[in-house]
Amino acid sequence: MTEVNNEENKIIKPDYCDPELFCTALPKEVPRMNNIIQKFYDWAQANSLWLLAFGTGCGSIEMRPLYTARYDISRYGIAPRPTPRQSNLFIISGYVSVKTLKRIIRSYEQMQNPKFVIGLGSCTINGGMYWDSYNTINRLDHYIPVDVYVAGCMPRPEALIAGFDELKKRIKEGRGEGANEYAKNFAWYKANQKKIIKDWDMPDYNW
Amino acid sequence: MDNFWTTLLYAFLSMFLIFNYGMLLGGVVYKIIARVHGRFGPPVWQPYVNLVKVMGVRTAISHGIMFWLGPVFRFAGGIGLFLFMPVVFGSVWMQNFSFSGDLLLVIYFIFFGQLGMALGAAESGHPYSPMGIMRGLAQVTVSEVPFALAVIALAAQHGTLSITEIVAAQQGGIANWNMITNPVATLAGMMAFLGMMMHAPFNLHLAPQEIPVGPPTEYHSNFLGYMQANRAFFASAKLILFMNLFFGGATNIPVLVGKTFTLYMFAVFVGVVNPRFTLENSIRWFIRIPTATGIIAVLLYTF
Repeated sequence: MTEVNNEENKIIKPDYCDPELFCTALPKEVPRMNNIIQKFYDWAQANSLWLLAFGTGCGSIEMRPLYTARYDISRYGIAPRPTPRQSNLFIISGYVSVKTLKRIIRSYEQMQNPKFVIGLGSCTINGGMYWDSYNTINRLDHYIPVDVYVAGCMPRPEALIAGFDELKKRIKEGRGEGANEYAKNFAWYKANQKKIIKDWDMPDYNW
Repeated sequence: MDNFWTTLLYAFLSMFLIFNYGMLLGGVVYKIIARVHGRFGPPVWQPYVNLVKVMGVRTAISHGIMFWLGPVFRFAGGIGLFLFMPVVFGSVWMQNFSFSGDLLLVIYFIFFGQLGMALGAAESGHPYSPMGIMRGLAQVTVSEVPFALAVIALAAQHGTLSITEIVAAQQGGIANWNMITNPVATLAGMMAFLGMMMHAPFNLHLAPQEIPVGPPTEYHSNFLGYMQANRAFFASAKLILFMNLFFGGATNIPVLVGKTFTLYMFAVFVGVVNPRFTLENSIRWFIRIPTATGIIAVLLYTF
């Protein structure tokens, strides 16, 4: 296993990365079309949000009631998907420890453009009650682009549904461009991530 | 059938109809399952929105030629199954190419898509994909056993493998349906039907809680779009097949809709009130009662 140079800000292909399974290309921006078809796609994106059901922190306990009869998010066209490839919405539910950040980055990068992120709970905004913890990050949008924050500790499922509404509004207005933002400022995001993750044992970009 | 282009046009027309029927059927089923859970559920047009959404995804990752071909095989399997069956008996434009294929070809097409998909998903390199495939193929294979036995019994009863002739033999009232004239084969066939319709208790390979969505774990964007479109074709084509084999076929579109919808509801209702079988349980279940019923159905026509 070769050492990965964290100081230099460029894509490095470690020896243990099978070239058939990992990609060394940088993410590319895919510009929006400026026409009615794009508006139609935006509408479909907003009304068919598939969320990656990956609970990163304690906030995920508030996501479970969303699927049940009491809150039933399926009536808004929102459905949980177990694989990042198929999801277009990533809910970071609560505090992000250094260990989880690694998984969040890998999952986020596997999602396809366009993709959206909701930061759930105060911990994603400023660290919340863990702001001075030795192993949690404080501000999520230094590491991945965030579309909507839902503040609270813990926010109720109703607050999360309000967050979904806000996200839908953003997508329909054509402002849900987190994936392109990530590709555009890739070097900055990667540098921030590497400042936190010391044992960087994965490709720099996981698609 | 004298003009090839007319046949082709009719085939496209019936494909368009059946695609929309399948999509709406999917939406209605989501709604019904949600109501059984005490939820409102997504709107009935949600499958269309999902399809537009996945087709509108801007990037797609291919893992190689076979990965790319997987959904194509799957789609070809669904359309092939549909195109070689008479959809509405006696109708000129809903006959498809039923004159050029028989039951054996149709059974082959049920499996064809799954195998192509298996090759494609395996190339994705995701460890969950081959696990899902293994489970999916085991499930399909084991439910084909009673189905094949039921088909053999039907072929022995009618002396033909042509679906059109089997449907023709059932015309003239409910007393002529295979459901009445060959109840044992129908019983075996309907138990196999439960295993083929991808609803609980036989949908372990697609269960999101088990292995992330089974074989399509790595499929996304347009690839997934083709699979979703295929699901609409495939589900309706299987319903039409069972309607043709056991329930007298259809002579007009309202009858077609009524019969296929009722048939689907059988699988859906069994699904919503039952938990999932593990694969081992599912295989054990299929090789006991359904297979025994199928063997009895065949034996009845042997002696």
